[in-house]
Amino acid sequence: MNQRPALDLSGLPTFGHGPRSPTWWGTLGFMALEGMGFALAAGAYLYLVTLWPNWRLSAPQPNHWPGTIVTLLLIASLVPNHILNTYAKRCAMRPVRIGMVVMSLLGLAPLVVRWFEFPALNIYWDTNAYGSMIWVLLGLHTTHLITDVGDTIVLTVLMFTHHGYSGRRFGDVGDNVFYWDFVVLTWIPIYLLIYWLPRLG
Amino acid sequence: MSSADLTSERDLPPEREASTKGDIAPERDGPRDTGMDDVSLHRWLARTWRTPPGIIGALSSVDHKVIARRYLITAFLFLCLGGLNAVAMRIQLSGPQRGLIGPDLYNQLFTMHGVTMMFLFAVPIVQATGIYLVPLMVGTRNIAFPRLNAFGYWVYLSGGLFAWVSFALAMAPDVGWFAYVPLSGPEFGPGKRADVWAQMITYTEVSSLAVAVATIVTVLKQRAPGMSLDKIPLYVWALLVTSFVVVFAMPAVMITSTFLILDRLVGTHIFNPAEGGDVLLFQHLFWFFGHPEVYIIFLPATGMVSAIIPAFARRPAFGHLGLVLSLIAVGFLSFGLWVHHMFATGLPKLGASFFTASSMLIAIPNGVQIFCWLATLWDGRPVIRTPLLFVFGFFFTFVIGGLTGVMLASVPLDLQVHDTYFVVAHFHYVLIGGSVFPLLGAAYLWFPKITGRMMSERLGRWHFWLAMIGFNAAFFPMHIVGLWGMPRRVYTYPAELGWGNINLFISAGAVLFFLSFVLFAFNLVHGALRGTPAGDNPWDAGTLEWATSSPPPSYNFARIPVVTNVEPLWAERGALPVASGLRVDARELIISTVAEAHPDIREKSATPSIWPLLAAIAVGATFLYSIFTPWAIVWGAAPIAVTLVGWFWPKGDPEDEE
Amino acid sequence: MKRLASIAFATAIALFLQGCAGWQSALDPKGPAASELAWLIWFFTGLCAVVWVLVMAALAVPLMMRSRQHAEPLALDAGADSRKLRVVMVAVGLTAVILVGLTLLSFFANRTLAAIGSDAALTIRVTGHQWWWEVRYEDATPSRILTTANEIHIPAGEPVRLLLTSTDVIHSFWVPSLSGKLDLIPGRMNVLDIKADKPGVYRGQCAEFCGAQHANMGTFIIAEPRAKFDAWWNDQLQPAAAPTGDEAKAGENLFLKRPCVMCHKIGGTPAGGTVAPDLTHVASRQTLAAGTLTMSRGNLAAWIADPQGVKPGSHMPVVDLSGDELNAIVAYLEGLK
Repeated sequence: MNQRPALDLSGLPTFGHGPRSPTWWGTLGFMALEGMGFALAAGAYLYLVTLWPNWRLSAPQPNHWPGTIVTLLLIASLVPNHILNTYAKRCAMRPVRIGMVVMSLLGLAPLVVRWFEFPALNIYWDTNAYGSMIWVLLGLHTTHLITDVGDTIVLTVLMFTHHGYSGRRFGDVGDNVFYWDFVVLTWIPIYLLIYWLPRLG
Repeated sequence: MSSADLTSERDLPPEREASTKGDIAPERDGPRDTGMDDVSLHRWLARTWRTPPGIIGALSSVDHKVIARRYLITAFLFLCLGGLNAVAMRIQLSGPQRGLIGPDLYNQLFTMHGVTMMFLFAVPIVQATGIYLVPLMVGTRNIAFPRLNAFGYWVYLSGGLFAWVSFALAMAPDVGWFAYVPLSGPEFGPGKRADVWAQMITYTEVSSLAVAVATIVTVLKQRAPGMSLDKIPLYVWALLVTSFVVVFAMPAVMITSTFLILDRLVGTHIFNPAEGGDVLLFQHLFWFFGHPEVYIIFLPATGMVSAIIPAFARRPAFGHLGLVLSLIAVGFLSFGLWVHHMFATGLPKLGASFFTASSMLIAIPNGVQIFCWLATLWDGRPVIRTPLLFVFGFFFTFVIGGLTGVMLASVPLDLQVHDTYFVVAHFHYVLIGGSVFPLLGAAYLWFPKITGRMMSERLGRWHFWLAMIGFNAAFFPMHIVGLWGMPRRVYTYPAELGWGNINLFISAGAVLFFLSFVLFAFNLVHGALRGTPAGDNPWDAGTLEWATSSPPPSYNFARIPVVTNVEPLWAERGALPVASGLRVDARELIISTVAEAHPDIREKSATPSIWPLLAAIAVGATFLYSIFTPWAIVWGAAPIAVTLVGWFWPKGDPEDEE
Repeated sequence: MKRLASIAFATAIALFLQGCAGWQSALDPKGPAASELAWLIWFFTGLCAVVWVLVMAALAVPLMMRSRQHAEPLALDAGADSRKLRVVMVAVGLTAVILVGLTLLSFFANRTLAAIGSDAALTIRVTGHQWWWEVRYEDATPSRILTTANEIHIPAGEPVRLLLTSTDVIHSFWVPSLSGKLDLIPGRMNVLDIKADKPGVYRGQCAEFCGAQHANMGTFIIAEPRAKFDAWWNDQLQPAAAPTGDEAKAGENLFLKRPCVMCHKIGGTPAGGTVAPDLTHVASRQTLAAGTLTMSRGNLAAWIADPQGVKPGSHMPVVDLSGDELNAIVAYLEGLK
């Protein structure tokens, strides 16, 4: 079919930060579906809680301290995470490199403490449904933690190569910041469900 | 809107200036399409966007049309396999106490039929149609995240092969496509059959979720300049809403199958009532996915109906806004009715009544759609061609399915017909009438776009009548035999119940219906090889996919169209307004703003890569291994990580760097 | 083509009418619940048929009118479209009214159904097993508690309360001519009230897929006048009839020596297994293997000799018996009236 030029786009930029970029929307999409997974797992847990009047099924209380330390570490990590984001928006290489190293370390630290969380639950996954559900919730979040930390480390390495000097890479750093927020925020309700809800029973 | 508005500075976000500063290498500019003659433009774009030659090249393809063709063919083959399952079951049921197929095989057959039709045919084929058409209809050059899309196909293919190889080894799931616990649980589901079900679900859901995210982002961010929300074609709306439903529904079934496999494999007690679990939890989680699943299959089909009717009624769809709002309403409401699959489990009466009301409510937006389509057809004299015939078939059958759905929504009535052949009839009227007939119409409509050739109209009419008669003969009597007391999922029945004759009739209809697909397959092959050349726009339809050649070139559009109407080709009869200024030596496409579709970024689309296939193999092998040991997740993590790093690590193409 | 369709339709209707009088049919109600439901089914069907005909008319009539065709698809007649909008609005409004009506109708039907068994005097616990039904008649006096299998005798004209549960997988209890179905779920207890208006035998079968022999998991409700029912209960409470004749006596001995005794109970003998149907009065039942075979000497022999042939996948094992041994056991069981 015949065409007539109507619009000149030669001046458009070649990348954008945040919601301007499709990657940001893709990340949001994955957060939505993973968040749905968290919500459903939490819903399943609460469903069983309401079903059994003696919930916790005479299991011992979990020791909340490792979980509380993880929570504090994760909340603290939000500050450097957002400082990193402002530098990523400005495409400033040095502070972004430092920020990425910091975030890699701040990702590994809760992962190390997480290792001690599983025994602190004071129950095994195959003891009863209560044990199964809290292991599942903790496992689900740990999977997210591991994948995001892995992702952060790979991106950190990438930022130290010549590939880092590109708008798209700085955009990736921004999306990594965004996803870390998600990992931290999903933890809060799970932390409450695992460590504090059983104390009510 | 005049095209000058689209680039005026006030519309652009303020960050635009900031983003060009900082520690980034300057753009290595390449040749642009501005003012380039058509021949050189084609030569440049064809070289930039081509799928590399050779087997490795083919396996590396990220072209949405190539991936979609593979999806369509694979899904069609699974349809044939699922259909053969059905024919085998119908032969067994054609008379009382027939001994052709024993319960062990029969239970695998109906499970594989359901699993294949739902997870390996229906969802993939509607998504595949979207993968092909959505980028063309929104006027872009590739789907968003093309490598993710390719990965989705490979995971789907491995999931399908996994299920069917299991069937060939007589270890296919035999617990129904719903796989209720405790029948599928560790105690009553020995062997690996239920594990096959659980992991096959995981494969196919990973694939649908990937496609859903890619589709959403394509629609939100890659629309041609000027295609504001009110100018998005109805088919694209349908796929957008469907993709959102996928994003929120599919995690439920992944959670369900993961819980099941944990119970089976590592001894958790999530569904074990003896240790504080609950068997109905499985059903709640499964149907929280399972009911939206019906709409995941049905909504894209309504989009197809909304594409076929305007083309043949020769006018834009009546009530465009009403149709869009109905789609969104159905998408939301589909999450509020799952319990109507569980009325017979003895839930509290008040709760059940709520779900009766919500199930009735969803009939209203569906009614709005039906009335708007009818009103579109009322206008003039429609051109009656095969695609429209299938839409008539859709009305004839889907309305029956919708009305029996209203019957099932009633709690007391449901208790008589639940899990009987009445329900089998109902959902085949909904799924075949509501989804497969529009899909067949869509096949006739878009076949010329995909292949460049027309399918035979004469064979198309034979196909239509054979399908209509076969379908109704097979499924209408099922309503009756269900009311006579015949339950679902029985491999045989006693002669004295008097169901023999009617079942023989049903089986004859089923064979006829199967033959209609043989005729369809013949028409497809015949059309692809011998069909008359179609030209760009054989139906004189109005949406953007008809603006490019048939089949479309690898880059879809030599110049990105500028959209001024919901039916742009009808509005711009003289010459289509197009954009220029994109690079031709790199895979550039336009990222636009979400609501108004103002052009915002010249984004590079990903180049072909073998890594999505390797990642899919790593993921697939991990899933497969995981039905034998939970350590598979640990061992599988390394290859998956390696392939994903390989996938995302920049290779130095301009597409990677900017 | 259309002729063919109408022939098919006529055939379907003929088949439909022929089958209405089934003993397992929702359209042949024999109790108050099923009658209410049958009325509901017919009402919904009638209304849905009217709606369907109207929609088809709305599709067909304009096609036949052959009105003018647009030259240009975007040149729309605004007046015609606004008239259509009114028609569509009215149609949507009517749809909503019909749906509200049907919702209320179904709500009130549910209340009617719930009232049927409110004064049930007899309680029967039905436990689902793969693939048979354990039936236990509850009574305040422990010695009057009665356990049988697959066939449920009830007094006609009286509401009876069924307590439904399962020990293995989910089953569903469904006797269409008396009532809608309700699931038997492990870890849960459901209550279903049924009532048969007149004496008779009403067939039902499991309606939730429960594994290999889901198809052969039938049950019978046998409604009898109160006096006959009471007599039946008293008979069933008696221990098993002592075998008469040498063959039957040999059969009893064999039964007690062979694996049969591990699973089945026969009252008055040492056989006390509980994982399979109680056989104390097995010969008084009308069928074998949960409705799979009618009760007869030949079928008893067939079932014992080849359970996996009769009901493939069932939990009844093959017991190695010679012909004489088989005949002896059959003779014994046949006497357990």
